[in-house]
Amino acid sequence: MAGQEALLPLDIKGVHKSYGPHEVLKGISLRAKRGDVISLIGSSGSGKSTFLRCINFLEIPDSGSFVINGETIRLKPGRDGRAHPADMRQIERVRAGLGMVFQNFNLWPHMTVLENVIEAPVHVQKRSRAEAVEQAEALLAKVGLYEKRHAYPAFMSGGQQQRASIARALCVDPAVMLFDEPTSALDPELVGEVLKVIRDLAEEGRTMLLVTHEMRFARDVSSHVMFLHKGQVEEEGPPEQIFGVPSSARVRDFTGALAA
Amino acid sequence: MNFGWIVTYADLLLWGAGQTLLLLVISVGLGFPLAIGIALLRLGQNRVLARLADGYCTFLRGTPLLVQLWLLYYGVGSLLPMVPGLRGSILWPLLSQGFFFAALSFTLNYAAYEAEVIRGALRSVPRGEIEAARAFGMPPGMVTRRIWLPRALRTALPVIAGGVVLQLKATPLAFSVTVMDLYAVAYKVRQDTLLVYEPLLVVSLFFVVVAILINRIFRRIEAQVPIRR
Repeated sequence: MAGQEALLPLDIKGVHKSYGPHEVLKGISLRAKRGDVISLIGSSGSGKSTFLRCINFLEIPDSGSFVINGETIRLKPGRDGRAHPADMRQIERVRAGLGMVFQNFNLWPHMTVLENVIEAPVHVQKRSRAEAVEQAEALLAKVGLYEKRHAYPAFMSGGQQQRASIARALCVDPAVMLFDEPTSALDPELVGEVLKVIRDLAEEGRTMLLVTHEMRFARDVSSHVMFLHKGQVEEEGPPEQIFGVPSSARVRDFTGALAA
Repeated sequence: MNFGWIVTYADLLLWGAGQTLLLLVISVGLGFPLAIGIALLRLGQNRVLARLADGYCTFLRGTPLLVQLWLLYYGVGSLLPMVPGLRGSILWPLLSQGFFFAALSFTLNYAAYEAEVIRGALRSVPRGEIEAARAFGMPPGMVTRRIWLPRALRTALPVIAGGVVLQLKATPLAFSVTVMDLYAVAYKVRQDTLLVYEPLLVVSLFFVVVAILINRIFRRIEAQVPIRR
């Protein structure tokens, strides 16, 4: 039914992407219903981060169809035969509804934590500053950083910076949260505090897409797991399947250590 | 040491100091926005404009400021009276003054140097921070205005402070095109009183004090955003 289709936060089909002769995505599709927590796992170079970055067009896919939050992204063929966004305004509008959390946090160091969090709500979404500050402070309290709201990122630990960047992504009221290896740049002892925040968000029923190397975590929080290998979906399904009885030997090898 | 002349020449000294500071304020005040524009052009998509901006910087950084000043003053300055109607216009009192050419050439030269500084700073901003701005839906202009440029300028602040001091120290060249700046006043004092060192000492003291003030102001701006180094 068309009405329900429109409610899908993500409906993405057949994404291809090459760097030169090297094809990194060979037709990946993904559907996310509201409240889904989808983990993308696989070894380095499998294309999972690239796929995530194609969803908000930080990487421009060569082809594919994208319906994001009910809006069909208009693509046009470029001179090189690859797809290009037909309307950058549309891309910008869609991006504003996706909260992205990066591996390296990418907080803006010339702003305090609070200023980081309200930047997009105030300047992109044109919301009132007072309202944005109110929401930002509530979110910072939620990730345990209310006391640090006037601190600059350089003076915070990696775990604190990543929690701040999660608050920044939440403050745009995103339809989908995109996590690109959110704990990979953290010291081991700081991973837990960030995973706890993400787990809380999953339990709240937020729609999330998570590229991660934390297998145990992916098993615990995901509603759906996609295993990528060389730019293709090797196997996907509920976590019980992928981490329990995968049909692919490659997936079994990859997740084997966890099952033992 | 004889400093009695300071009282006699007080008015002229103040006027000269004022001209020196005015030249500095004009060249930095107009040159800095110009430098930002040139730096952005050099990093921009338009190849023709990038090449032009590149050439501008290469020429103005590669030739002596004194030569640039004289090219403007004796070259362009001598052509201006041939422009029909310009002589009678309200602009003429300005355009016929050495001060105008000094301010103009200092501005253009300062812009070329600072454009290079700002370009380097812009390039040093980590890609991820720009990407984050785009990921939150900022259009390119807003990314530059809100994230890229402010971020780059903070990194460059110590170098920018140095550039302002260099600019201050270049201002005595204005003396060579009849501007009555502080150095010109000192020169006049020397001619009138035959005192060589004392006027130069006063000039030196003035420049040192202004340089210290410039550094203080920049340190205060830097302190507003603590960056771990």
